[in-house]
Amino acid sequence: MLTQCEGSHAVAATVALCRPEVICAYPISPQTHIVEGLSEMVRDGTLQHCEFINVESEFAAMSVAIGSSATGARSYTATASQGLLFMAEAVWNASGLGLPIVMTLANRAIGAPINIWNDHTDAMSMRDAGWLQLFAENNQEAADLHIQAFRLAEELSLPIMVCMDGFILTHAYEGVDIPTQAQVDAYLPPYEPRQVLDPRDPVSIGAMVGPEAFTEVRYLAHAKQMQALELIPQLAEEFQAQFGRASGGLIRTYRTEDAQTVVVALGSVLGTIKDTIDDLREEGHKIGVLGITSFRPFPTAAIGEAVRYCERVVVVEKSFAVGVGGIVSRDVRTAMREHPHPIYAVIAGLGGRAITKDSLHQLFLTAMDDKLEALTFLDLDWNAVNRELERERTTRRSGPIAENLLRDLGVVAARVG
Amino acid sequence: MTATTVKFYQTGTHTVGNRLLDPEHRSVQADMRRTNSLNSGHRACQGCGEALGARYAIDAAMQATDNQLIAANATGCLEVFSTPYPETSWQIPWIHSLFGNTAAVATGIAAALRVKGRTEVRVVAQGGDGGTTDIGFGCLSGMFERNDDVLYICYDNEAYMNTGVQRSSATPGAARTATTPAVGEAPGNVFGQGKSLPLIAMAHEIPYVATAIVSELRDLEAKVKRAMEIRGARYIHIFVPCPLGWGTASNQTIHIARLAKETGIFPVIAAEHGELTKVSKIRKQLPVEDYLKPQRRFAHLFSPTPNLAAIAHIQALADRNIRRFGLIDAAPVGAVASAPTGAGDN
Repeated sequence: MLTQCEGSHAVAATVALCRPEVICAYPISPQTHIVEGLSEMVRDGTLQHCEFINVESEFAAMSVAIGSSATGARSYTATASQGLLFMAEAVWNASGLGLPIVMTLANRAIGAPINIWNDHTDAMSMRDAGWLQLFAENNQEAADLHIQAFRLAEELSLPIMVCMDGFILTHAYEGVDIPTQAQVDAYLPPYEPRQVLDPRDPVSIGAMVGPEAFTEVRYLAHAKQMQALELIPQLAEEFQAQFGRASGGLIRTYRTEDAQTVVVALGSVLGTIKDTIDDLREEGHKIGVLGITSFRPFPTAAIGEAVRYCERVVVVEKSFAVGVGGIVSRDVRTAMREHPHPIYAVIAGLGGRAITKDSLHQLFLTAMDDKLEALTFLDLDWNAVNRELERERTTRRSGPIAENLLRDLGVVAARVG
Repeated sequence: MTATTVKFYQTGTHTVGNRLLDPEHRSVQADMRRTNSLNSGHRACQGCGEALGARYAIDAAMQATDNQLIAANATGCLEVFSTPYPETSWQIPWIHSLFGNTAAVATGIAAALRVKGRTEVRVVAQGGDGGTTDIGFGCLSGMFERNDDVLYICYDNEAYMNTGVQRSSATPGAARTATTPAVGEAPGNVFGQGKSLPLIAMAHEIPYVATAIVSELRDLEAKVKRAMEIRGARYIHIFVPCPLGWGTASNQTIHIARLAKETGIFPVIAAEHGELTKVSKIRKQLPVEDYLKPQRRFAHLFSPTPNLAAIAHIQALADRNIRRFGLIDAAPVGAVASAPTGAGDN
């Protein structure tokens, strides 16, 4: 039944239906409403057989989840941004130990300068941490991906981040079909761990491993993610059969059949891109979009196949690797090895800057003329940048950069757009 | 079981003679059915106090829980010497996650056991002083304040031994470590720094806090047993000499530990809910030089010329412990058992 609710509420309600047994929570925006919702459900008895633990840091949140997951309990937490970085060591440890923890990542920029708004820098900072990363396009998918994530994580014995755009999704009110308990139970069996701490069958977990086996252990982590490339579409199909709607999978294409230009993106910006593409299609341009749902494992073959017959690819990404350029675009380029047509990396929406249809429209027109730079920063204020560069060139003590920019712009509080 | 005061000591050793006791009063270590939870064959240095302390403590915890025990272990000597892949010396379910998160991992284990109704299974977390007083301190304090059902055991050898003897916040003043070298005008670790984790644990007012020492086996075992009778957050701080890091003979570990207690350097106490409940008295007070001299980490205090000021400083710290905790029976009544937690009413 469709419920008009906040994205965070939809995720909290859906996670509760997945019967988590241990939830550890540390507040960080924009994730807080999710764990607040779960805490209430545990307290009022809606969610039973669940321990809700208020921990003292994100590092502890992931560590508690490591302990509870290793003891056979279905374990969940949520974080964002700085919180993900603060738990980074435990994030790598959870995947290294092969513990199927599910975590919502309410994507948010990373400081400094401190910024609470959305981009994908947090997720990208952990892209090599051995976790699966699934990106939701809208709130319905965010909710649905959690159901699939628990199933997938526990089948593979690997942890999964469900990434949903902070504020844009977490705080947006939309109609979401929240399934029934019976539906979720039919899809998601109880957790049967591959390894468990139990005096009835003592094992040592987390031994020191030297050069004699480390490569093999790491390779097996890779092999599991390769297995996930097959399992993710299977579980998505099964989900569709059972719940009656398409959610998840590796990638999703929109109007790419005859497209000469394919735009690639992750997350909620896909909605704006689709609207822009509809307009461009009406103008007669052959353009389509490819949304990546599974960023880890990276669906190299599926993307390669989807962009096979196009003439150029534009990757719109909400983060970038300083000193190099695009992150997603580099992975997409790998997928295009067999057919090396131009690929343009467009960095957009950093720190919550709105990605508007007007900007995208202009951007795609330029790309279709092959006049785009290999690396473009969408809507970059060159005046502001050049003023600061000039200041640094002429003044030794040029001062703090972010504060200089704000002073130049005459901005005292954050402004979207 | 009420505690039995045993006064039969073997001549010269201060060790309780098991043969003089009824079987039920003998130590866990003297029991042929002890679990050897940390089994032989591990790779600890000869004379390792931590290996000794861990075996004593975990065997006692196993007996107290009818072998229903899970351990979480911090990175450090104990983890490295006990589990080089594919070997493990642990006869119990055991997990090592990271250096600084052991208390939180244990919290997670306890939560999982609670939600699964396996409350007969108990949880021990263990780490060295670095993993406890420094990098793991945040998670430990969180576990304490939530009163999670975990016994945390710190094996304190007063420095980062696994990485090559660097200073921790448990390193005593004047001690030479790789990062507090015995050079300059004030050689070794500076005075006036460091922290007492037992006192900090008491300030959290958790149900049980104790200190123990590897030379006092029965006391150590009794404290672990007492800890396992209690639910909630518990902390035992075990003093474990390190022959490698301290520069002591590997056959002197027990002797050095005993000297730490008999000089007042390391007070052996217990506290419940923030209030001191038990003090192990010094039987025959010894000057701190007796404890310092056999250790190469303090050699610069005696050679080439004695550093009388530093030795006096260490003696004053030991005397303060004796006063503060009433470690000597003859101490004035008013000086006894006032834990500086700010929470007591004395």
